[in-house]
Order: sequence, then C-alpha cells, then structure tokens
Amino acid sequence: MELWQLGAAELRDLVARRAVSAREVVSAALGRIRGLDPRLRAFLHVSEDLALAAADDCDRRLSMGEPPRPLEGVPIAIKDNICLVGAPTTCASRMLAGWRPPYTATAVERALAAGCVPVGKTNLDEFAMGSSTENSAMGPTLNPWDESRAPGGSSGGSAAAVAAGMVPLALGSDTGGSIRQPAALCGIIGLKPTYGRVSRWGLVAFASSLDQIGPLARDVLDAALLAQVISGHDARDSTSSRRPIGDLVGAALRADARGVRIGVPKEYFGSGLAPLVEHAVRKAVETLGTLGASVEEVSLPHTEYAVATYYVVATAEASSNLARYDGVHYGHRTNSPGGIVELFSRSRSEAFGSEVKRRIMLGTYVLSAGYYDAYYLRALKARTALRRDFDEAFRRVDLVACPTSPTVAFRLGEKTADPLSMYLSDVYTISANLAALPAISVPCGAGESGLPVGLQLIAPAFEEERLLSVARAYELASGASRARPPVWSV
Amino acid sequence: MPITRSEVEHVARLARLELSGEELEHLAAQLARIVEYVDKLSRLDVGDLPPMMHAAEGASLREDEPGPTLPRRLALEGAPAASDGFFRVPRVLE
Repeated sequence: MELWQLGAAELRDLVARRAVSAREVVSAALGRIRGLDPRLRAFLHVSEDLALAAADDCDRRLSMGEPPRPLEGVPIAIKDNICLVGAPTTCASRMLAGWRPPYTATAVERALAAGCVPVGKTNLDEFAMGSSTENSAMGPTLNPWDESRAPGGSSGGSAAAVAAGMVPLALGSDTGGSIRQPAALCGIIGLKPTYGRVSRWGLVAFASSLDQIGPLARDVLDAALLAQVISGHDARDSTSSRRPIGDLVGAALRADARGVRIGVPKEYFGSGLAPLVEHAVRKAVETLGTLGASVEEVSLPHTEYAVATYYVVATAEASSNLARYDGVHYGHRTNSPGGIVELFSRSRSEAFGSEVKRRIMLGTYVLSAGYYDAYYLRALKARTALRRDFDEAFRRVDLVACPTSPTVAFRLGEKTADPLSMYLSDVYTISANLAALPAISVPCGAGESGLPVGLQLIAPAFEEERLLSVARAYELASGASRARPPVWSV
Repeated sequence: MPITRSEVEHVARLARLELSGEELEHLAAQLARIVEYVDKLSRLDVGDLPPMMHAAEGASLREDEPGPTLPRRLALEGAPAASDGFFRVPRVLE
C-alpha cells in the first residue's frame, strides 16, 4: 500500500504514532500530483513550499511532545475560490489571475489549526458558476474514471484530486450542488453542511444566501473529521450559527441506521433520470432498509420549480456580488479605460467569461425595474414553498434519500453549447441549498458505462450527526465507497 | 416573453458590461430561452406565501464595537493602481 492511497484517518494515526513523518506523507501527495496532474489538471496552483513548511511544523510539534491534532499531517486541497494567504486565489477567472488574498478563510484557518497540510488550490468553473468545471478560464479538469468526461462541478478539481488519490481531503463550496454533484460523478463523498454551519469568511461570494463550504473525501469518516474542525460560529460571518456542532466524528463511528425513517421523494424519480442511476439509488435505499431503517414514499410537490427558483435567486445575488469587480479595488483592469464608467465596463467585459456574463445579465434582468416582482420576489416566495415541502416531509421521516445527479458523468463538451441543459443537471441538488439544509452524496455503485452513481441524503437543518451516521452505516454495509478509478493503479 | 436586443443592451448597461454585437445577439437568444424556462414560476400559485428573505435562522447583527480591520496597506496591495494610500481611477470631474 502506498502512502497516497491512505485516507485521512489512517494517515493521521500513522503521523500521530510517528510511524511516518508528515513530511513523508505530504511528499507522497506532491509526488502523486506531479505524476498525475499534468493529465487530469485538478490543480491551478500547487503550494509546495507552504505544504512542506506545514508538514515540518507538524513533525516538530510531535517531536516536542505536543499532543497530535485531529488531522495532524493530513494533506488537503482547497478549491480556488477559498482564500489562503501565501497562494493565489483566482476563482479560475482572468479577473483574478495572479491575485493573492490578504487573509485566509476561516474554514481553511481551522483546518490548518487542526493539522492539515495545504498542498494547493483546485480548479473550478469560473466563480463556481457551472456544473462541469468546463467554465474554468484555465481549461477543464478531466474525470479520473474516464478522461473524456467532465468531473462535474463546480468543485470538479477538488473532486478529481480526491478521487485520483492526489489528496485524501479537499474543501469545496456548494451553491446549488457544487460539492455533491462532482463528488457523485467522481465516486467520492461530498458534504454540504447546513447553511450557517461553516463560516463563509474568505469564500469568494457567488450567491451569499446559498453558498456553503464543505468537505470532499473518499469515505464518510474522513468527511466527518474535516467537517468537525471547520464547523462552528465565526463572528466574521453574520450568518454563521451559534448552535453546538455536535459530535460528527462520533456519529460517523456509530454508523447506525436503525430506526431511522427514510423518505423517498416521488418527484425525484421522474423523467430525465438515467435508468441505471435510478436502479443503483433504489438498491441503496433497500440496503438502508436491511440496516434497520424504515422506508416510505414522501412528496416534495414544489420540486419542479426548484431549478427556476434557483436561477433567479442565485443570479440575482451573483449580479450584486460580482459588482465588486470594477477594475479599481483588485483584479483585472483594462488598458484602455477612457472615463470611469468605461473603466468599470471594459475591465469587466475583458475579464469575465461567457457563463459569468450570462448570469450577471440574467441576475440584473430579474432585479431590474418592471421584473423584480414577477421574477425575484416570486422566486423568494417559491423558495418558502420549497422549504415548507421539506418541513412537511420531515414531520414523517428523519432523512430524505434520492439521487445526487440524474446521470453519470457526461462527456466534455456535451452540454456546453446549451446553458439550460447544464442548469438542469443540478435538478436534485438545488433544493437543499434553497431550503438551507445539510445534504451528503455517497457512492452507491455503478450506473451507465460503469461510472459512479451518488446516493444523496438530505437531513433537517443542523442534523449533520444523523446524516453522517446513516451515510457511514450505508458505506460500511455496501462497500461502494471502496470503488476506485482506473488511475488508481497508475 | 421574448427579450429584445434593446432590452439586452439596457441590462448590459445596468450591469456595467460592454458587449460586442455578436455577444449581444448570442446572449439575447440564450437569455430568452432561460427566461422562458424561468417563467414557469408564473404558473405557481404563491398566494400569501411570505418571501424567504434569509437563509440563516435567527441571523443577528453583531455588536457595533470598534475593532481591528484590514490594514490599509493590505487593502491596497491588490489594487491595479494606487498612490498616497488611495485607489487611483481616471479623472471623474472635468
């Protein structure tokens, strides 16, 4: 067994026992990245110096007899829309090419304080807008299971890096499925915590009422270890919650689905769902039944409005958030400014890619005079309706189980010509963001072309413990998280 | 509802985007299709549902207490042009 093949929990124990050094662990990760990333292109920046310094710090602490931290010496990749001092943060946009943030995100700060070693920044759709990582201004990341296919997105770089064994852990951000969908398409775990569970300080804002940082990992226990340390209140994010985090690692270790009532929403099994994806997800739900969960059908009647609601709310917020890129404060500035207004508009037009422009335009349109009530206000009411669907379902069941994505990984270029078809690939993940609920994607076997399928579990707000315990029980019983892509043997 | 080219031009001005003729044509067609899809919201009976204005339960404002903020030097570090501790822009008033 090579060091790069081990998960976070195993690596942490080896480092804590001083069976291997953190430097050996991170060197194995950096070697794997050097060998494989020229092909897969998961990383936009490899922070070798930061990584070696952090690893040496781990080794020094342990040699001085300090108690090992929860993720001592574990390599981590960070999506390139989350700030880390000492490395660029580009959001895969020409707008922020070469920009270095003046502060580190709270979630990263906490992961590093827990002993994580930052190896680099991963590729994404520009400003996290997309579902395939093809909107990256630096080119797409390839799916480790089939290099002619997209890894999903927008956290496609993080998902591919974890799936290919370049790192055991990564941070992503999820606005409409951007952690869970690439996790599903790359055959790994992705957790979107409850809105407010993880501080957004230092996450470049896309849609502030939907964005949430979360972990990607190869098993549920590793995801729980990272979720545990990045969660919690932060005075620098006014939407961050003061609720206790709970014992997420303990919940994963309990791995208990007994007596849990699982609701299967009938609206999530309609047209557009690939037959083998449906088969794998239904089989996973059966497995939960054999583990002592009870299963019943539920209804989330407003599901058909979720994508429309999302693309009004998310683009409205994006058009406002991205107004900050003006060629004045940071980022790209045009060489031919003319007056101040031309400076703004030329800088923006030169540096934003087409999907970002499309969303800024749609968001500006739905907020503009004459359309605000018809689109934006109406979408906020629809959002209430979607949230109430879940409130109603959670009166009868403890968790909702459904597919993460309607299909397995699609081919590079398959959906880029038609933005709407790309938007519809988020149909099952968007509702958890709109309703501010925690949700996880766990591998549940193979679908079309033998590619990975994700089972999505959605819980009531702040019930991450329940989510992780049931997901871990499923993972242990099914063994599905142990499937590895062909590049594993490279 | 079709989106006219002049509407797209108007929205681009509001969004401070300078689009080429080709981009305008292309975006008008794509936005029309997306707006047509989003228009399904008009079929939803929202009745007296309150709008969901906040995603965080009980989000609260922090106490208004003075504290350290980003130092000016760091805030200006990423600026395309700065001098004397300020951001530099083209002349605004003639």
